Amino acid sequence: MKFKGTAWKFGADVDTDAIIPARYLNTSDPDELASHCMEDSTTPDFIKKMKRGDVIVAEKNFGCGSSREHAPIAIKTAGVSCVVAKSFARIFYRNAFNMGLPIFESPEAAAGISEGDEIEVDADAGVVRNLTTEKEFSVAPVPAFMQELLAAGGLMAYTKKKAGLA
Amino acid sequence: MTMTEKILAAHCGKKEVVPGELINAKVDLVLANDITAPIAIKEFRAAGATKVFDQERIALIPDHFAPNKDIASAEQCNMLRQFSREHDLSLYFEVGRMGVEHALLPEQGLVVPGDVVIGADSHTCTYGGLGAFSTGVGSTDVAAAMITGEAWFKVPESMKFVYSGKPGRWVGGKDIILRTIGDIGVDGALYRAMEFTGEAISRLPMSGRLTVCNMAIEAGGKNGIIEPDEITEKYVAKRARRKYRFYKSDKKAAYVEVREYDLTGMEPQVACPHLPENVKPVSQLDAVNIDQSVVGSCTNGRIEDIREAAKVLKGHKVHPYVRMIVIPATQAVYKQSLKEGLIDVFVDAGAAFSTPTCGPCLGGHMGILASGEKAIATTNRNFVGRMGSPKSEVYLSNPAIAAASAVLGRIGRPEELK
Repeated sequence: MKFKGTAWKFGADVDTDAIIPARYLNTSDPDELASHCMEDSTTPDFIKKMKRGDVIVAEKNFGCGSSREHAPIAIKTAGVSCVVAKSFARIFYRNAFNMGLPIFESPEAAAGISEGDEIEVDADAGVVRNLTTEKEFSVAPVPAFMQELLAAGGLMAYTKKKAGLA
Repeated sequence: MTMTEKILAAHCGKKEVVPGELINAKVDLVLANDITAPIAIKEFRAAGATKVFDQERIALIPDHFAPNKDIASAEQCNMLRQFSREHDLSLYFEVGRMGVEHALLPEQGLVVPGDVVIGADSHTCTYGGLGAFSTGVGSTDVAAAMITGEAWFKVPESMKFVYSGKPGRWVGGKDIILRTIGDIGVDGALYRAMEFTGEAISRLPMSGRLTVCNMAIEAGGKNGIIEPDEITEKYVAKRARRKYRFYKSDKKAAYVEVREYDLTGMEPQVACPHLPENVKPVSQLDAVNIDQSVVGSCTNGRIEDIREAAKVLKGHKVHPYVRMIVIPATQAVYKQSLKEGLIDVFVDAGAAFSTPTCGPCLGGHMGILASGEKAIATTNRNFVGRMGSPKSEVYLSNPAIAAASAVLGRIGRPEELK
């Protein structure tokens, strides 16, 4: 898997209320959620400005706070190809794998990418390339079980197989 | 092994587990609410599932936007209702019988010591106060667990927090956990189990222990946990609807870090905007005028919290510029408040007393802030826009401080009331 897009830079401790404010949680419609993606963040007009395929790059503890899966759903449906961060909050990390939003942990990439840089993420090689500055960063390897989940097509596909529903 | 490791090992049929190990564990209870269950129900159906793993171990609780705040919320709550009827689930709680999930389940004896519980709500970690392993997950995890009765976990490393000393007056579980988050930060326990121990924890009543574990997630923790003792036994003996088991950490259990706190004379703590880690002792805050004071939530909506707020408020009036909203977390807390005359205290003081709901805690309804407004709240998060406008501010405190502040019109202490 390879992803290429423009970087949108966010700071530390971006919480799920910033990603998708609770006032919009009276629906679980992905398109509706996506239309408010990052609305209470430092880039409130993110959804108007971003292009399909763009990459979110953030500092530590991205996705902290609530367990709402609406957060990765909003990001994915908005068309963000993947999220690169110094670290992720644990429920967000778990949700992203379960529902199929590619995320990559890389403190070096988080530090070495600025807003507007052109980014390429090579998931198989475990590398993030900053095409603007021509720098390359390695990403933390994905644990074996998570790879199994991804290969199966997410937790539900994996569960279907296990429960004999497939 | 630590108690977290022992509970996880017992639920995956192993003698021993080690931090970092990936396991598939049986869950004793699966929980979701009106925000997270609709996605889980859709996933459950999309997978072609027709049967849940156990009709008595799935709790669906409409509490966030319930009583239905608008048509869209009504549709979401109805999904839980219809799914519960379709699958004959015994743990669906209707308005009038419900409560804020993390207050309701321990109170009703539906989660017990030694359990493994997952919930599509980040504050599911609350039940560690009983000596259970419980953690927040997403809707997809809940959908899978509703089918299989299992969930995957990475066994967390454990961090030990030891509290000694006798804190000052009006200090409870909320202040202990705020002090801790202020010390280690909002990702200070990322992916880890937080084991709370020491004499100050042993003295805490169950309500305070549930509050401490409730906010483990605000430090990034996977779970919070407290060793069960006589206080636990007394709390669960009359409530438990299932068999329970006390797990204790071995003397030689391995901790990735041990932190010690001397709470001697500690005063109430307040978390300032916009992160739960921005903690200061209350006397160190500059005059912060408030527009609203909220007492309630899964963090501080139990009867002990309502009593504490009433004790401070009794004989006083809410400041003319302040709206005070008191929300008992469950119907049982509501009834007990009525019985003890606490509702009279609030109404006489000019405060609103509500039916149980998460309501304003997450900016849902029942007390949303306008731009420029400030609130003090006994809730758990003060992120930007958490209680309403992205231009509003939330300060977090215990119930005594929230009540005293409501009278003063600014953040202050009960001792300042005349």
